[in-house]
Amino acid sequence: MLDIQNLHAGVDDKNILKGISLKVNAGEIHAIMGPNGAGKSTFASILAGKEEFQVTQGTMMFEGEDLSELSPEERAHKGVFLSFQYPVEIPGVTVTNFIKTAINQTRKAQGLEDMPAGEMLKQIKQVSEMLDIDRKFLSRSLNEGFSGGEKKRNEIFQMAMLAPKLAILDETDSGLDIDALRIVASGVNKLRSDQNAVIVITHYQRLLDHIVPDFVHVLMDGKIVKSGTKELAYELEEKGYDWIKEALK
Amino acid sequence: MELKEKFISSFLAVDDYLNEGSLVHDIRSEAIKNFEATGFPTKKSEAWKYTSLKALLRDDLSIFPKQEATVEFRDVRKYFLHDLDTYKIVFVDGQYSAFLSTTTHEGMDVCLLSSALTKDKYKAVIENYFNQVAPQHGLNALNTAFAKEGAYIYIPKHKEVDKPIEILYFYTGAESALMLQPRNLIVVEENAQVQIIERHQSLSEHAVLTNAVTEIFVNQRAQVDYYKIQNDQAQASLIDSTYVKQERDSVCSVHTFSFGGQLTRNNLNFYQHGEHAMSIMKGITLIEGKQHVDHNTLVHHIAPNCESHQDYKGVYDDRSTGVFNGKIFVEKEAQKLNAFQQNNNILISDKATINSKPQLEIFADDVKCSHGCTIGQLDEDALFYMRARGINEKEARGLLMYAFANNVLESVKIPELKKRINRIIALKMGVKIGFDL
Repeated sequence: MLDIQNLHAGVDDKNILKGISLKVNAGEIHAIMGPNGAGKSTFASILAGKEEFQVTQGTMMFEGEDLSELSPEERAHKGVFLSFQYPVEIPGVTVTNFIKTAINQTRKAQGLEDMPAGEMLKQIKQVSEMLDIDRKFLSRSLNEGFSGGEKKRNEIFQMAMLAPKLAILDETDSGLDIDALRIVASGVNKLRSDQNAVIVITHYQRLLDHIVPDFVHVLMDGKIVKSGTKELAYELEEKGYDWIKEALK
Repeated sequence: MELKEKFISSFLAVDDYLNEGSLVHDIRSEAIKNFEATGFPTKKSEAWKYTSLKALLRDDLSIFPKQEATVEFRDVRKYFLHDLDTYKIVFVDGQYSAFLSTTTHEGMDVCLLSSALTKDKYKAVIENYFNQVAPQHGLNALNTAFAKEGAYIYIPKHKEVDKPIEILYFYTGAESALMLQPRNLIVVEENAQVQIIERHQSLSEHAVLTNAVTEIFVNQRAQVDYYKIQNDQAQASLIDSTYVKQERDSVCSVHTFSFGGQLTRNNLNFYQHGEHAMSIMKGITLIEGKQHVDHNTLVHHIAPNCESHQDYKGVYDDRSTGVFNGKIFVEKEAQKLNAFQQNNNILISDKATINSKPQLEIFADDVKCSHGCTIGQLDEDALFYMRARGINEKEARGLLMYAFANNVLESVKIPELKKRINRIIALKMGVKIGFDL
């Protein structure tokens, strides 16, 4: 599904990603872990198409197309979804109106008619029940005055509504208490199938207890320095990152 | 002959016709003298620094149309709040249109200024209120001298008006080069409540210049919500001067929606004479092309323990120009006051301009005054967030601007009006608005 080869990218003259290679197949969950400043969030933003970053070398093929050729909205239309570490507040646009616009714009790009209002309402109801979201919440302005946990839950709500092929969860666990974490994780798990894939970016192993990865990668100084299975995450939790740094020297 | 001289000499000619049985003959004679002394405002005066009337004040302007024009209801239906029952006072080229109007004298007066200025039963109100708050110079004086028609609204004590009142001024363009002088007088007595919507609308592409003056008296504990819809043809220009005098414990809000027209100048002035008065001024300006909108506001705090809130938002495209000049004047006696002023602007195009100028003059020492002004582009992080969810850049920009402006609508108390304005904003921003839960 996703095939990244030797990706170099940065902002202005500063290189942040220094040669990432990563293959993600449908049905897989990949976790990307690493210390602060390793480039994890930059990597997520670049996959989603944030324009302030420039790809200087390498390719990121998604279902046969190079993502760097596509605008952020085109990537979304192809099924790439980024759950933001810091979701943006948009006063004056309700959650419902926002998701409705996002879905219908995606459908339009795919040559489909607008989703009928009845169908939309049904889906909104199902997904908000699954994520234990109060209906009042849906008529509030997007992320405005939301708590950290509400913002993250709203991200997963949108993810469930858009049903992407590739979901990138950027520190979705930060700001969540244990109950919210469980709800969010079970939401992600319910959406899993052999047709889609998830990249989980996190500092901590605790989210990976709930969303169990097939592969764990360690990102350090803009490169993937070690890959393994879920046991690697436990090892990192226990020993931190210094032993990897030592081993690299 | 210069326009000013022409108007002064035509006053002599129409004096009899205007003042037949009039209670205000002396006021008019005084006004034309004041106009003669002060004339039209020019860019030399500080208050008109960014707005020039020069191009509009053509020598061939005349004040009274030569013939009476009529319009069909079907042609103007869309300008009414037709999904709502309202009182209506409608004028066509400055003349009252009886068949488009729904006036009343039951328990209050919603009718014509021309009758109020000539009939004895209104004498006491006219003497107490007419021309008592609008300063008499320049354009106001011109209006006072010539104003023949407008809305007269008198709400007696404790009366809660059952439905909104619409004041509509239509311009047919049957005659070119008109400078009309509508005049509204609104008196709301103690503990009464009323909602009023005022709209000026041209029905053709001919240029028209309107010099409107409105006086609003909000007595003790009374509540007035006033809405101005300024969404006119590209050739129409409006100078709208509104003066509000508030007594103690009264609340008055004025919302100004400026969505079009060649030149729009709003002079909105509040005078708080009683304690615990509350004044609310809100505005949305969305303009494009070479349109120009100037908001000149004044809150004169005279009594203590009062509040004023101003929140003006503007989105400027193409070569449009905007002005916000907000003055808060606090007298020595006006202690414990809370005055707040906010003006936020988005320039979509590199060629658009906004001049924003807050002006605070404070002579009291125990007050809370704050003001803020922003001029900027759209939030790039919000844009990226929306695009990453599949919303095209153009739609995302539209949605953000819609959201930015729409915020001001929260305080609109007439749901049908709110919906209507919401739709106009969405249309202007190219946004499809949908359902809400």
